Amino acid sequence: MSDRPESPTPGTAEVKSHRFRISLIWLVPIAAGLVGLSMVVHSWLSTGPQITVSFQTAEGLEANRTQVKYKNVVIGTVTRIQLSDDRSHVSATIELDESAYPFTRKDSRFWVVRPRIGAGGVSGIDTLLSGVFIGADAGREEETTNTFEGLEAPPPVTYGDSGKRFTLHTSDLGSLYVGAPVYYRRIQVGQVVSYALSKDGKGVDIEIFVNSPNDRFVITDSRFWNASGVDVALGADGLRVNTESLSTIVAGGIAFREPNWSPDPKAANEDTEFELFANEQNALAPPDGEPRYIQMRFDQSLRGMRVDAPVEFLGINVGRVVSMNLEYDDKSGNFPTVIGAVIYPQRLGRAHEELVNEMGGEGDEQTAKLMKRFIDNGLRAQARTGNLLTGQLYIALEFDANAPKVAFNPTTKPIEIPTVAGSFDRLQEQLQAMVDKISRLPVDEIGNNLNGSLAELQRTMKQVNGQVLPEMQGTLKKASETLEQVARTMETANQTLAEDSPQLQQVETTMDELQRTARSMRVLTDYLSRHPEALIRGRSGESAPGSYDPPTPSRTIEEQ
Amino acid sequence: MSQPHYARDLGLCLCHTCGYACDDGAQECPRCHSHVHRRKPNMYARTWALLIAGFILYIPANTLPVMYTSYFGSGTDNTIMSGVIEFWKDGSWDIALLIFIASIVVPCLKFFIMGLLLITCQRRSRWAMRERSKLYRFVELIGYWSMLDVLVVALVAALVQFRALSVVEPRIGILFFGVVVVLTMLAAMTFDPRKIWDAEVDDVR
Repeated sequence: MSDRPESPTPGTAEVKSHRFRISLIWLVPIAAGLVGLSMVVHSWLSTGPQITVSFQTAEGLEANRTQVKYKNVVIGTVTRIQLSDDRSHVSATIELDESAYPFTRKDSRFWVVRPRIGAGGVSGIDTLLSGVFIGADAGREEETTNTFEGLEAPPPVTYGDSGKRFTLHTSDLGSLYVGAPVYYRRIQVGQVVSYALSKDGKGVDIEIFVNSPNDRFVITDSRFWNASGVDVALGADGLRVNTESLSTIVAGGIAFREPNWSPDPKAANEDTEFELFANEQNALAPPDGEPRYIQMRFDQSLRGMRVDAPVEFLGINVGRVVSMNLEYDDKSGNFPTVIGAVIYPQRLGRAHEELVNEMGGEGDEQTAKLMKRFIDNGLRAQARTGNLLTGQLYIALEFDANAPKVAFNPTTKPIEIPTVAGSFDRLQEQLQAMVDKISRLPVDEIGNNLNGSLAELQRTMKQVNGQVLPEMQGTLKKASETLEQVARTMETANQTLAEDSPQLQQVETTMDELQRTARSMRVLTDYLSRHPEALIRGRSGESAPGSYDPPTPSRTIEEQ
Repeated sequence: MSQPHYARDLGLCLCHTCGYACDDGAQECPRCHSHVHRRKPNMYARTWALLIAGFILYIPANTLPVMYTSYFGSGTDNTIMSGVIEFWKDGSWDIALLIFIASIVVPCLKFFIMGLLLITCQRRSRWAMRERSKLYRFVELIGYWSMLDVLVVALVAALVQFRALSVVEPRIGILFFGVVVVLTMLAAMTFDPRKIWDAEVDDVR
């Protein structure tokens, strides 16, 4: 402390401090300021467009909380929610990210994603826990705007999806809804996008979207049908239940397919229009072509006939009944039923083509001419029972060679086809005739006669019983006695012929004798053949028969 | 007791580091070889610079999110103030109060007190010198308590990592906040409280 040498340094210290009048420490706030400034600039640059979307309700929406997502990527946040001036809806102010400029295009869509449970499926379950968010879909138009009307349900198809839109025409919507599935060979390939009444209000136009790559299966000849519900068919091969999928039973759907034979399959262009048929059968049937209206007059009750009953030509369904009217015939005083039906000649296929070629056209005149020819050949309409259980009738057009001739006026419209009584009616008539014949039989007389004959027979039988049978008994007794005698005789004969009976022994002896006799006869004849003179001269000595040594007779053998 | 003697009256000056009483005018402390000054050199400029830097960074620390919390896939960013409000709304007013005091009140107090001390010292004000000195000790004492918020975020972010269920992640705001706390602590360190009393005498360098 004490022996420190005095040094002349204070001067230099003064100089040092003067050199750094502005301290380096000010770099710290400058750096901080620069960082703050860069953040301000960054946030200013990254501020995207601000838009306002109106919704029916703000249910689940929260300012500064609810996010706007596209493909589950956050592209903005709801910053404010307020009621509209007329309190009819809420408007949500959304701050979009800088990259979200495409979402300000005029046809962009916004909707609130909430959990939804429908017949077609469940969606948005994750929002149950996480809270709702706003879904967005960027539009394609060039024009931009900052006010949008939010959708109440998510759009089934977003702009990014690749595929094709098609329009279907049908008479009514059925159970279809936006988002209803579209099936191709039972695989879902698309959905209903929208539907609206047609301009004249007489049908429904349904817009569907078929996703890529399956949209190439929609060809110009494709047939669409409503696949809703269950199709139960009782056929020759048993009960057949046909449905596209479980969800279509509940909710409905559309199916399409190409016909089995389509001559020129080409992928259909976008926005091609198709007809939507009621069911698969109708859809896959060949095209019907121009309908023709015909009329038939039946003189019988047509219980079981109804509108839409089929009209069959030689077993082929060519049309259907469209009207049934009762008329009053003044002359005969009865009530004929007039059936109106449409027939589609094209359903006859090749026959139709050939007939058209032959007649040289398809006009009304040619048709009438053709009909006249057919009717002259015996074409008649007949109401037949299609189903014995339910008694439903259908119209059968068939050639009946025996049908009485009918005058046909080709100029009347619509063409009237003569009729014959129905098959069931005919059967009834025949049965009636048979019953009549049976009832005319003299059943009483036959019965009386039969009774007399039976009485006669009874008497005869009694006689037989009383007289013939006792006599028969006596005869039988005698016969049995005779038979006993015969039996006795046979016994005696048996005894006689027994092996050790004397009669048999006698016979044996006799036979021996006879043998000997025959032998001596042989000796004699031998001798005579050698000495025929002996007959005259008698026997010589040497040639006496005594030289012949006879064998031992049987008797001597016995005696030995 | 009369006024105490000043160090320079005795030709002494204290070492900042070891408190050794060196000769006035010595360059180095003979004991610990650290630089010796009568007062902390360039004190006003340093303290002001650190304080201003801290104040600038305090703005992004409050406006930027400090924490990202995600429950079942729905994530939200929280700033300090929104966190306080959320806790308050949820009924945890005690936690809300704690965070509010540690993260909002304390830094603000520090800015205010340090600013006040600097201005009064530069103006050589003789107003309430003893109280000002107490305020300075208070600032030094509470300085690091502001780190509570940073600690909470760091802990929670490390602990709550349940993937799909809930995730907590730190956000850039907490970095700024941490820097603010460090800068204000440095500012308090560079401030030389002896300057408060220098108003009584001639300027001391």
